[in-house]
Amino acid sequence: MAHTRRQFVQLAAGGLAGSSLAALGFSPARALAEVRQFKLARTSETRNTCPYCSVGCGVILYGLGDHAKNARTEIIHVEGDPDHPVNRGTLCPKGASLLDFVQSPHRLKYPEYRAPGEPEFKRVSWDFAIGRIARLMKDDRDKGFLQRSGDVTVNRWTSVAFLAASASSNESGYITNKVIRALGMTALDNQARV
Amino acid sequence: MTNHWADIKNADVVLVMGGNPAEAHPCGFKWVIEAKVKNKARLIVVDPRFTRTAAVADRFAQLRPGSDIAFLGGVIRYLLENDAIQHEYVKAYTNAPFLIREDYGFADGLFSGYDEAKRSYDKASWGYQLDEKGFAKVDPTLQDPQCVFQLLRRHYARYTPEAVAGATGVPAGEFVEICKLIASTSAPDRTMTSLYALGWTQHSVGSQNIRAIAMIQLLLGNMGMPGGGVNALRGHSNIQGLTDLGVMSHLLPGYLGLPTEKEPDLQTYLEKRTPKPLRPGQMNYLQNVPRFFVSLLKAWYGAEATKENDFRYDWLPKNDKTYDILAALELMHQGKIDGYLCQGFNPLASVPDKGKLTAALSKLKYLVTIDPLPTETSTFWKSHGELNAVDTASIKTEVFRLPSTCFAEEDGSLVNSGRWLQWHWKAADPPGEAKGDIEIVARLFLALRDLYRKEGGAFPDPILKMPWPYKIAHAPSPEEVAREFNGVALADVLDPKDKTKVLAKEGEQLATFANLRDDGSTACGCWIFCGSWTQNGNQMARRDSSDPSGLGNTPGWAWSWPANRRILYNRASADPAGKPWDPKRRLLAWNGKRWAGADVPDFKVDAPPEEGMGPFIMNAEGVGRLFALGAMAEGPFPEHYEPFETPLARNPFGKVISNPAARLYKGDRDKLGLAAEFPFVATTYRLTEHFHFWTQHTRIAAVLQPEAFVEMGEGLARLRGIRNGDRVVVRSKRGRLEAKAMVTKRIRTLQVQGQEVHTVGLPLHWGYEGLTKPGYLVNTLTPFVGDANIQTPEFKAFLVDVQKA
Repeated sequence: MAHTRRQFVQLAAGGLAGSSLAALGFSPARALAEVRQFKLARTSETRNTCPYCSVGCGVILYGLGDHAKNARTEIIHVEGDPDHPVNRGTLCPKGASLLDFVQSPHRLKYPEYRAPGEPEFKRVSWDFAIGRIARLMKDDRDKGFLQRSGDVTVNRWTSVAFLAASASSNESGYITNKVIRALGMTALDNQARV
Repeated sequence: MTNHWADIKNADVVLVMGGNPAEAHPCGFKWVIEAKVKNKARLIVVDPRFTRTAAVADRFAQLRPGSDIAFLGGVIRYLLENDAIQHEYVKAYTNAPFLIREDYGFADGLFSGYDEAKRSYDKASWGYQLDEKGFAKVDPTLQDPQCVFQLLRRHYARYTPEAVAGATGVPAGEFVEICKLIASTSAPDRTMTSLYALGWTQHSVGSQNIRAIAMIQLLLGNMGMPGGGVNALRGHSNIQGLTDLGVMSHLLPGYLGLPTEKEPDLQTYLEKRTPKPLRPGQMNYLQNVPRFFVSLLKAWYGAEATKENDFRYDWLPKNDKTYDILAALELMHQGKIDGYLCQGFNPLASVPDKGKLTAALSKLKYLVTIDPLPTETSTFWKSHGELNAVDTASIKTEVFRLPSTCFAEEDGSLVNSGRWLQWHWKAADPPGEAKGDIEIVARLFLALRDLYRKEGGAFPDPILKMPWPYKIAHAPSPEEVAREFNGVALADVLDPKDKTKVLAKEGEQLATFANLRDDGSTACGCWIFCGSWTQNGNQMARRDSSDPSGLGNTPGWAWSWPANRRILYNRASADPAGKPWDPKRRLLAWNGKRWAGADVPDFKVDAPPEEGMGPFIMNAEGVGRLFALGAMAEGPFPEHYEPFETPLARNPFGKVISNPAARLYKGDRDKLGLAAEFPFVATTYRLTEHFHFWTQHTRIAAVLQPEAFVEMGEGLARLRGIRNGDRVVVRSKRGRLEAKAMVTKRIRTLQVQGQEVHTVGLPLHWGYEGLTKPGYLVNTLTPFVGDANIQTPEFKAFLVDVQKA
């Protein structure tokens, strides 16, 4: 009689007593050793890439919830992707604890604002934050923008600087570059510089 | 990387210098172990510390921080003196036979053309002798005293094993043993791979460190070979991609340069940026720059960009000088920058001289940080006792802290250091109101556009008129953006050889950058990424891990730029006649009609070997450069210069002590320390349990490595009466920090120029934010000086004093 681990769970949930399962030849010791698999059996798997170093290890994110519209997925486990040709399922100490990054108690949840001289941040809305930043940037650009230098059109804005994230996606980097250059900004860098 | 991670398994010798992959890139390092186990490869590690990479090395040498070029120059001399080079390769595939101008010279530590007042070179003399057609003159016998080969020999004659030992602290005997192992790969059927990271880049001569290994790999015939190449391990998951996409002050996507004031119109720009052939019959691939550049302008500016208006070339800013991160912070320090936006970047911790940075940030009118976690930058204005002693009330900066998603909460692609674009999928929603970086940038742009529409203002054209074709304007999807950077045909693209043949129909995603045009009929946001999202869909999401050649190329896994090519310069893996140098490493061969094999040819596929086209098609002369011409700021050959803070009174190799072309701002020069007051050499490093300044917020990492420490050898500890676990004070000319002492055998006292040199290791993962014990930011100590070419700061070699607290 062959049972997969998943069937074993179903059998147990169906009301069969542990002792009779043992009598049928199931080893409780083996079942205990496999306890993590039981948790993952009901998760959805998503393929992702470790965000830390540049090896680009494949990871599988295990989330509770089936991606239904009203279900909020919670990531409960992270494993190395065994199909990935570089890491082949392995992860380093950082990658193996990625769950603690996703679920860090310090994750920022709301826009915050600190007024000049104030001792603390206060929570603000996105509309306030984006609106106020745009206001400051526009005033600054209108004042500092240089359209011509001698008889050369230069269209540059040098009184503001932008640092882009080299852990963000290509798509983020591309759109950032497109927008920042359209504003005329020259001081744009990412971590490749340091 | 010229090669990629799994390819390391093909190496016979692995040289790790300037990196510590066993701890910093553990899952990639397994391919080094694979090479050792399956290929009997020998591992050489050269590092200031006995790292975990060193622990599994066959040969380890401990060198003084900042003396890498002395070591590598010594290797070059050894190879030349012992005739341990791949002769046929060097003659056919490098510029060794090329003649250099008679007025080129080197004396007393300086190359010809130096201007002391400007601290820069007139590089005119660093060029080829040209014939009447404008082609470089060559001497295939390599005998002409002005040929690169002879100049190379003369330049490195000073780098004897004894001189190397005197500068690096590596005993001459140990050095020669390492040279022998490296030299063994000059055989056509043996290869060496070189792995490096910040240990080479974070020096005032960083770029020249990399050039030196590139020259060694050319001399050995290891470029283009499986198991060979020059391989940057790289630090962030998409540091390769952001660089490829030109998100840097001097770049545009695909390594096209941001225009300068000296290029007032499109024609001037294209003329200056498009190289002329330097030898007959060469591919000179960058002759296609106009196609790449016009296609970029079409991708960004759409129907607004026409031939008549120079494709809106005017909308791009024109640089008057460099605006790299150090330059920007210097301007900020002078009060010339009002706003700073930091998207996933913590400059207060990752740029040198925290004291200067705090002063600079305090002068800002507004600061915006965008991050999933708190950064020290976002709270630079908060007092944290000695760890961040500021007067909050006096700092008038408005600060915005915007919460962003992390990797698990978004779709998109990242480029690993092996140039693979890998797509990833969203698994969960972000916490609270956090938003993706794309959406935050889009919302900001749309808000600015609204203001300009209502109020007008300075040069509003690009803001108002730049196409914004995304279905949800405030949240462009990663798929839309990826399709845009891949590129699309705006009209039918015809085959130039047969105009009846359509290579891509109007509206189709382009499959290759060979189909880009300079007439405005194609749009492509990053030419080297063209082919990543074709008519066949998202190539970056491919997951076929099969490896038909056995060389580890996995051509069906993800997508590798350029053109899904896995090893760059792979034409050089075959001899001039088109036969692979090594039958075990058959990457590419000429089959009588075309180049074919296990990889996408990095070459004109139908150019027969007898035509003599060189394999380094990105260079106008078709060969690899042992002599860099004018590409480098401080000379065409790497020369040893001391770090800006050095324990030595003089440079053992010449009269000039430190890099004569490196930029040093006045205030920073005054903050350089001398050995009399700061006798020890410090070098920053990273731990395997932590990632920069992120994992201070993750519980497991905070438990594994909870507290800041300073690593020192037993010699220094004895000298200062420090015991393991003591609290110590580390001071530099710029500041001080306190931490626990870790006294180890991993760092030995070195003998350099007849004096003892002690090295201090400073791991840098702690700050005043996080779940770890609060600690000092290590860049409190580091000097504000960068590499002369790219301005990467000198974090790896500076002076400190250490005392018991």
